[in-house]
Amino acid sequence: MSQPEIHDEHQEHPLKIYFVCWVLLFVLSACSYFVDYAQLQGVLRWGLILIFMVLKAGLIVAVFMHMAWERLALSYAILLPPVFILAFMAIMMFESDYTAVTRTQEFSSQAN
Amino acid sequence: MHEAPLKPPSNPPTPGLQGFVEDWSSDQRAFKKVSWGKAMMWIFLLSDTFVFGCFLVAYMIARNSTVTEWPNASEVFALHIGGVELPLILIAIMTFVLITSSGTMAMAVNCAYRRARKPTALLMVFTAALGAMFVGMQVFEWSKLIHEGVRPWGNPFGAEQFGASFFMITGFHGTHVSIGVIFLLIVARKVWKGEFDQDKRTWMCSGKGDYEAVEIMGLYWHFVDLVWVFIFAFFYLW
Repeated sequence: MSQPEIHDEHQEHPLKIYFVCWVLLFVLSACSYFVDYAQLQGVLRWGLILIFMVLKAGLIVAVFMHMAWERLALSYAILLPPVFILAFMAIMMFESDYTAVTRTQEFSSQAN
Repeated sequence: MHEAPLKPPSNPPTPGLQGFVEDWSSDQRAFKKVSWGKAMMWIFLLSDTFVFGCFLVAYMIARNSTVTEWPNASEVFALHIGGVELPLILIAIMTFVLITSSGTMAMAVNCAYRRARKPTALLMVFTAALGAMFVGMQVFEWSKLIHEGVRPWGNPFGAEQFGASFFMITGFHGTHVSIGVIFLLIVARKVWKGEFDQDKRTWMCSGKGDYEAVEIMGLYWHFVDLVWVFIFAFFYLW
């Protein structure tokens, strides 16, 4: 039997990078829990939640899922399409604001 | 007229942006150095991203357009432990359990690169145990909320859409975790039995020492953790 196709340079990385990533994920989770525990409100709360969320997601994808060491052809194919979700989200944000306004108007006119 | 010589296939692929263009424009394999199993897992995960993306957008629409107050997740998911009211404590523990399981899975993949049979299998079983623990805590959380009267069509805390969003999003995520636990155990059993060290092809293994199934399994498991990061931020903390 011929040697099976060797598909990938085996990505062996030192264990240290996984431990560092792991500790960072713990710290970031603790930070985002603290945001709730400290009852922070408003833009500060949302900003911190988003920052910690993006950092955690980035660490998981880049290190644990090895995306940082993949070729760009794969990275772009996987990482760019989710941008459409952001566009969808933005459109739906306007739509739901509009719905909220019409509901408020309709319900207050019913009350009168 | 000079004919452009065909590039021998042994040419190393160009790095960077130029490489990106060449990979996609050439009539050949686009994802170099990535097996099809791994590429397809990535593409499946991309499609799953859209599924969860749609759930989260639907939740955002419901929450943004309702005229009643959205229930305060910090209070709804609080637990009384030793006479103290701890906000979101169960969710925090679940988050740490899932991150820990992601860490052990990364270790398992690392052991698989070195073809260390037993450590790989044991770490995968440990990962599965943490995953099962997560699902167990989710069952506890669901029963507690159902007991308190949370239903998909209404709840005692506020906006009616809360229940539907909660059960849909966490239910779908919990299903993913459960399926992950089952597959982790299946792959761990294969590793333990040495099926990846045999000199024959199976559907998961292309020959002796091909431990890639572990890495592909790892991608799925980390994705489950990744989705939880977004659910934790948008559903529980927001």
